[in-house]
Amino acid sequence: MERSTHACACAGCSEQNEEQMLAQLDDILTDYVNKPGGLIPAMQTCQKMFGYLPKPVLKRISERFGKSYSEVAGVTSFYSFFSTVPRGKHMVRVCLGTACYVRGGKEVLRAIKKELAIDVGETTADRNFSLDVGRCFGACGLAPVIMVDDDVHQRVKPAKIGAILRLYADSEATPAEAELAK
Amino acid sequence: MVHVTINNEAITVPAGTTILEAAKQVGVKIPTLCHLEGQTPIGACRVCLVEVEGARTLSASCATPVAEGMVIQTHSRRARAARKMAVELLLSEHDGECQTCNRNQDCELQTLANEMSIQFVRYPGARARPILDQSTPGLVRDNSKCIKCRRCVTVCNSIQAVGALFPQGRGFDTVIGPAFTLDLDEVACVQCGQCAAVCPVGAISERDHTAGVWAALDDPQKYVVVQTAPAIRAALGECFDNEPGTLVTGKMVTALRRMGFNRVFDTNFAADLTIMEEGTELLTRLKRALVGKEEVALPMFTSCSPGWIKFAEYYHPDFLENLSTCKSPQQMFGAVAKTYYASKIGVRPEDMVVVSIMPCTAKKFECQRPEMNDSGVFDVDFALTTRELGKMIQEAGIDFNSLPDGKMDSILGMSSGAADIFANTGGVMEAALRTAYEIVTGRELPLENLHVKPLAGLEGIKLAALRIEDTLPAWEFLDGVELKVAVAHGLGNANRLIHAIKDGRQEVHFVEIMTCPGGCIGGGGQPRFTNDEVRQKRIQAIYAEDEGKQLRKSHENVEIQKVYEEFFGQPLSERSHHLLHTHYKQRELTKKK
Ligand code: SF4
Ligand code: SF4
Ligand code: SF4
Ligand code: FES
Repeated sequence: MERSTHACACAGCSEQNEEQMLAQLDDILTDYVNKPGGLIPAMQTCQKMFGYLPKPVLKRISERFGKSYSEVAGVTSFYSFFSTVPRGKHMVRVCLGTACYVRGGKEVLRAIKKELAIDVGETTADRNFSLDVGRCFGACGLAPVIMVDDDVHQRVKPAKIGAILRLYADSEATPAEAELAK
Repeated sequence: MVHVTINNEAITVPAGTTILEAAKQVGVKIPTLCHLEGQTPIGACRVCLVEVEGARTLSASCATPVAEGMVIQTHSRRARAARKMAVELLLSEHDGECQTCNRNQDCELQTLANEMSIQFVRYPGARARPILDQSTPGLVRDNSKCIKCRRCVTVCNSIQAVGALFPQGRGFDTVIGPAFTLDLDEVACVQCGQCAAVCPVGAISERDHTAGVWAALDDPQKYVVVQTAPAIRAALGECFDNEPGTLVTGKMVTALRRMGFNRVFDTNFAADLTIMEEGTELLTRLKRALVGKEEVALPMFTSCSPGWIKFAEYYHPDFLENLSTCKSPQQMFGAVAKTYYASKIGVRPEDMVVVSIMPCTAKKFECQRPEMNDSGVFDVDFALTTRELGKMIQEAGIDFNSLPDGKMDSILGMSSGAADIFANTGGVMEAALRTAYEIVTGRELPLENLHVKPLAGLEGIKLAALRIEDTLPAWEFLDGVELKVAVAHGLGNANRLIHAIKDGRQEVHFVEIMTCPGGCIGGGGQPRFTNDEVRQKRIQAIYAEDEGKQLRKSHENVEIQKVYEEFFGQPLSERSHHLLHTHYKQRELTKKK
């Protein structure tokens, strides 16, 4: 049986293959297809289910909704909360709001890119980290700020990046350890 | 009615009129870019801003309806400055190599810059990411020229119901194109070229095949024949500043001859041939259904329009049996030229080059379909658009407007008036009825001037019924039958009609579908800009051409009769089956990786 290449985020089905995945998808889509404005909620549900929006899923969505693939792709790429690449276990988000930006956010971002060897919007080969940027996490007084999952790291210096990320590298970091690193 | 004042002129217009339309009525021209006549305004380009007294900001005239008592200044200093800025910003992102652009001298952005006297661009900006997409036989997309006006998106989605193009991404990084900035051949594009017809700039154009034609013309080893589609003669004149609807059949023939084509033939000949085959096919299907009580795919659909064929292959695979098996006139012509005619004059098919002049970009796709090679080589080598021919004539140094009229060569050059009207919506159906009715009853179609009035005009879906009475003995089974026909143009309309048929809401025997609004006269390869007024004028010209012919019915064409006598025997014979008919295949909506 062909193994799925997708990192599936839903509980207990990390080894699900594409066929099963699409069959499951069809059930879910049925709830949305006839609802007006059902496209975006359907896509949100799919993203929750798969962790991201794989291309075969988007193709199936376009067929079921009777919308062109280009339109579905257009909607996907318009909203930043949709992702077409698998998300890593940990989401690293760098604030590039005005305060963070002027206080070195850009250098921090560069350091993270270098450390993880990925660009914004990408995921590391080991699927551990994804990288994104954001605008103002509401901690301007403590700029520059990054978030890893739900943890806020303040006054981050490029030199400290390696240490922060290592906390999550084996994905076993306890909240207490994370707390220490802040 | 609403009273407004535009540039100090008082005018009364119906409520709901936009400022843009009202201004037009007092002879004021407001520039536009994203605006598309008859479509919901999207207000994207801000090139049409005007000043409305009392309003804080300028208004987009294409999207703002007039209100009672409105006082509008369209060309105040403020309005002119704002519009100029909008164009300058577009130019700052634009790859403006006009001299080497295929839209040079035929570009709305260039014209606007000129009309606004923009001498330099004050805001040098980041250029759009260039994406050159040459993945399809019919079209080339050059993203570095795109000004994101979204006209193509409107046409592809709302008019053609295809949706190959859609804005991808957001903000400055938006790319207008197929899913995830893939190439066009990775999504379901039917190659109709309506996007290229409305694009104001050089961002979507037909794939240029003129170089291959020049090479063939310059090669003494090649015997080069040309065919011209019915819709060309009513539009080519526009490439040389003639009014839309100027018939230039004779000048076109002379120009082609002077360019060096060995024979100047007519797709119209093949249109008459199509009627012989398709009319017979329809009658055969009806007979099998009514007399043989067989399960026959009805209604039958016309198959002349390659964009429609590709559309059906994507979206209505369950209806492929219903498509007439007849090749389009372009392909019938190629197959006849490279077999019957080639052997008649002793030229090997490999040494013959068939060039077609088409109003259409989908014809470029069609002639490259792998099955279109019944002569052993590709039956049609190059399909050029009307616009490409216009450019070649210019390049050949021919002063088109002063040319004397020429005549098409024999034997693939003669045509009836029925062939002419293949150019417009309703025409193929009318041509088929002219012949089929006469075959069945032995009498001429009993309609004024042989026109089926309910099928003419620009209504999106048209219906007609024709009662058949007093048939010839062989066709008795049709006596008293009411033949129901339907016509749709523009694929959105076609889609609506097909769904009505599938749901059983519309009972019909024979359906004509043309991909482009108005039919071929409004094709994606015609001179720009085609709006409904231009469509009407071209259609009038086509009807004039039809009515001016001595022969008005396909079966009366003596050259057609001769080709049947010498070569095919009769319609639907084994040889015609081999050369004049084809088959279709279902297509996947997206490329499976
Ligand atoms: S699209 Fe128009 S303005 Fe742009 S390079 Fe071509 S001709 Fe010039
Ligand atoms: S050729 Fe027709 S179907 Fe293809 S992108 Fe253009 S408008 Fe859409
Ligand atoms: S391709 Fe042409 S029509 Fe489409 S958005 Fe770009 S400029 Fe406008
Ligand atoms: S033409 Fe009015 S906003 Fe573009």
